[in-house]
Amino acid sequence: MFQVISTYIRESQLWNSFFRHGPPRDRRTRVMVVMSNLFLHLHPVAVRRSGIRLSFTWCMGGLTFFLFIAETISGVLLMFYYRPVVEYAYSDIVQMRSALTLGIMREIHRWGAHAMIISIWLHMMRVFLTGSYKPPREFNWVVGVLLLVLTLLMSFTGYLLPWDQLAIWAITVGSKMAEATPFMGMNGPGRELLQLPGGIPLVTANSDAKFLLLAGASVGAPALLRFYVLHCIAIPLAVSVLIAVHFWRIRKDGGISGPM
Amino acid sequence: MVDQTGIMTMAETGSWVWTTLATAAGGTMLDGFKQFVNEWSVPQISLPLFFMPIFVLSIVLYRKWTKPIWFWPGLIVFTIVYFGFIFLDPSYAAILKKPDNVPISMMIYGTVFCLWMALRQAAKNDHSLETGQPLVEEGREDKVLCWPDLVYEELIAMVLCTALLIVWSVFLKAPLEAPANPAGPPNPSKAPWYFLGLQELLVYFDPWMAGVVLPGLIIVGLGALPFIDVNPKGNGYYTYKERKFAIWTFMFGFVILWVVLIVFGTFLRGPNWNFFGPFQPWDPHRVDKLTNINLSEIVYVQTLHRPMPESRLVREAPGLLFAAFWLFALPPLLAQIWPLFKRLRYQMGFARYYLMSFLFVVMMLVPVKMAARWLFNLKYIIAIPEINFNL
Repeated sequence: MFQVISTYIRESQLWNSFFRHGPPRDRRTRVMVVMSNLFLHLHPVAVRRSGIRLSFTWCMGGLTFFLFIAETISGVLLMFYYRPVVEYAYSDIVQMRSALTLGIMREIHRWGAHAMIISIWLHMMRVFLTGSYKPPREFNWVVGVLLLVLTLLMSFTGYLLPWDQLAIWAITVGSKMAEATPFMGMNGPGRELLQLPGGIPLVTANSDAKFLLLAGASVGAPALLRFYVLHCIAIPLAVSVLIAVHFWRIRKDGGISGPM
Repeated sequence: MVDQTGIMTMAETGSWVWTTLATAAGGTMLDGFKQFVNEWSVPQISLPLFFMPIFVLSIVLYRKWTKPIWFWPGLIVFTIVYFGFIFLDPSYAAILKKPDNVPISMMIYGTVFCLWMALRQAAKNDHSLETGQPLVEEGREDKVLCWPDLVYEELIAMVLCTALLIVWSVFLKAPLEAPANPAGPPNPSKAPWYFLGLQELLVYFDPWMAGVVLPGLIIVGLGALPFIDVNPKGNGYYTYKERKFAIWTFMFGFVILWVVLIVFGTFLRGPNWNFFGPFQPWDPHRVDKLTNINLSEIVYVQTLHRPMPESRLVREAPGLLFAAFWLFALPPLLAQIWPLFKRLRYQMGFARYYLMSFLFVVMMLVPVKMAARWLFNLKYIIAIPEINFNL
């Protein structure tokens, strides 16, 4: 009976439109499953046995990517409940806490972000200690460095969104640095050099690097909106593109590194 | 009966005396230990006398301590001490149990554990290289299919990671403080934890260095790494012997100047960015005396016993000369006098060598400035506050 139903399903048009081959039980179908699936085909069909040992890669790059996906999903859910406006931002978070029973999305998002930063650091340490940035993988290391910087910026911009004391003052401390940018910050060395004839300074509180970051002289409503857009749209898009490049180059540069 | 009761009472009395004495002695010892740790944890003592020796020994003795028989008991003892003090000291418990500080503990464990795995395999590989045996990672042609070997590994990693994340999220609420108040900064105001190494550098440098130039050069230096490390060895496998200089420099930057400074910044910096020991309650009214002086004052007033020169250029001449020497004369000088750099200069060529050595001396400026602060109370090497140029 079970056999009959199973055969009926497996021979149906619906099933065959999903799965182009039998279950991955022998060598041929195991090769096909990787080649005929968009997500699995990010992998090569065959990999070096010593390259995929957990003690070699620590799985940190993969976990960073997985955490990025977890952050995307939990972040989209949070966006349904959050308005990036000074009047609502904090109360939306409070609402999220009290109104949503068993709600842990905000927790997953925050702890996942912390974990992602640690995993990306450890991934970099692994790639360094195995010398995997050496030729032919130099370019991919540089892409990785950009991803590291963007991950930190993604976390930094997200830090402001709860609009509590922790958020606003952490960003105030962080953005104070931009004020001191040489030549381009209003308290930076050499800013007097940039002035129009007649002694009109070009770099002021309303035109310096900090203003560019915060859309204001201090952390306020425009900064909240700016950080929200950067956090939810701009940086994740850039990260997605760079992740695609990063993965593609791993394949093109010969897969997981190993002794030459 | 009477005798028996008497004996029992005596035994009881004895055990009571013993327990009281032991507790008192233990308590005194514990208090003494806490005080010792509090006093010796300040950066000027703990960085050169605790963290640096541990870091140096962990690399020098990488073949010894990475053996499982040393590592695992060591990790267990460390864990007992690290978490045990939560029950012995309220200040320490407050630091460690703060939800936003959990990642710091994860970072400490992650770094220690991964460093162990890396150096363990490096020790094995270096032994194999010496005796002509195959490496841990050998077997270029030994391939397995991605399904099931790699796909299942990834699936298990994802499941474990999800489980950890859910358990973490159920037990620890994400922090939410009072609503933002632009007029009332909390004390201390801290940047997000992953930038606290840089905020810690603000003790020694002005914001344009600690917040802009140094992080900028970290990014540039990381990006330039594959192009300035011309050593063809150690590509794709763990080794220490074949690339000592690269490993020393990178790991010093990561472990000491990044991870340890983050631990200081999160765990041990309290109100007014004052330093507090791990067992010290954060007292917001403690005022630390600042007696730091500029290099110009050390040179003109303390050494030459003269008044400070009027001219800005003359006043800052010692600092400017030092900076010029450090940034521009030291790299070629090192290529002359330090055999390692002599070899690197020869191997790397002009452009690569000067890029590498410039990044190297700027990085080394950080510990040098720290040491100068601790030893001579040096505030600025160059101090021209008129144009916000303080180094």
